Amino acid sequence: MIVAEQKSLDEIRSLLRGKRKVLAVGCGTCVAVCFAGGKREVGVLASALRMAGQLDGSPVEVDELTVQRQCEAEYIEALKDKLADYDAVLSLGCGVGVQTIAEHYDGATVLPALNTKFMGGPTEQGVWLERCQGCGACLLDYTGGICPISRCPKQLQNGPCGGTDAGGRCEVDATMPCAWHLIWEKMDKLHRQDELLEVRPPKDWSTSRDGGVRRIVRDDLRKPKLESGA
Amino acid sequence: MSETSYEPNIVAFCCMHCAYAAADLAGSSRLQYPPFMKIIALPCTGRTDLGHLLRAFEDGADGVLVAGCLEGRCHYQVGNLYAKQRVNRIADLLKQIGLAPERVRMINISAGMGAKFAELANEFARDIQALGPTGLRKAAAGDAANAA
Repeated sequence: MIVAEQKSLDEIRSLLRGKRKVLAVGCGTCVAVCFAGGKREVGVLASALRMAGQLDGSPVEVDELTVQRQCEAEYIEALKDKLADYDAVLSLGCGVGVQTIAEHYDGATVLPALNTKFMGGPTEQGVWLERCQGCGACLLDYTGGICPISRCPKQLQNGPCGGTDAGGRCEVDATMPCAWHLIWEKMDKLHRQDELLEVRPPKDWSTSRDGGVRRIVRDDLRKPKLESGA
Repeated sequence: MSETSYEPNIVAFCCMHCAYAAADLAGSSRLQYPPFMKIIALPCTGRTDLGHLLRAFEDGADGVLVAGCLEGRCHYQVGNLYAKQRVNRIADLLKQIGLAPERVRMINISAGMGAKFAELANEFARDIQALGPTGLRKAAAGDAANAA
């Protein structure tokens, strides 16, 4: 999932400076399950904004709406007839949600209430860790399901660096296990360590972010066009 | 309004396994606790969420008390510990909003501690009286948009 975190109330209030009527829009997908921007978080944030505004003499009216998914046009249709009434939309979606609303509703000021952090998942209740950087060429097949791209600060491809301590921890952060230590141990358990000794070609980074905006086109899913005269 | 005549709005979220029964015991033992304290029974203080606690303030509460079982004695094992974490989080949020974090408090008591309930409830009420109104009470009259 996409994991996000709410900005501080002070920062959100400064984004909203001068706005009198705001629509806080939550998203019921990734950010709902990481407790950053679902219906409940929209309620808490809206309530906090209303109270803070009232207390310091700059009252703001904050209405609440949560859609199932902010990143798809169909789901944000629900905003269509409402936006004219508001000075700004405060999106509690990830960066994709904010941009989808902004793209779809040209005249609307859309402000982000969250910082989108990473693609990851919960490792225990209340703790989320990054697990994927979307490099576009997955190599989890030969690393025992442990990603050295997202879990090694150097994104090393061929084993640990000299910064790994005897306990298998990374020098960058002692709470972070060395990805390659984990990979080696896991492959040992799977009796597949010999695969790690194979020489592999360099990773193809052209599938990653360096080429700018990435795009996937699935012709089988696109809307068919009727040929004229057919 | 003098401090002595000011009657704060206090909401107490009480676990029915302990604090709610303790409040009952305080009553039947004729121990006085603040009559302006509105008690809401919950199956466990773990049922509270940030929204409940914050909405109480928005709707005009000057103080919110969360009263759960003694630590280690929760009927559901850790519900009261979850409640404590949420109370801490709301205290932080109150500070950011511009309200004193002392306006929300967690207490832990057992069903047999009627006198203790009355004592802690009175103590909380005194603290809230000293802090005075939040300035949000108008919102409770349903005039949030035009308040302040």
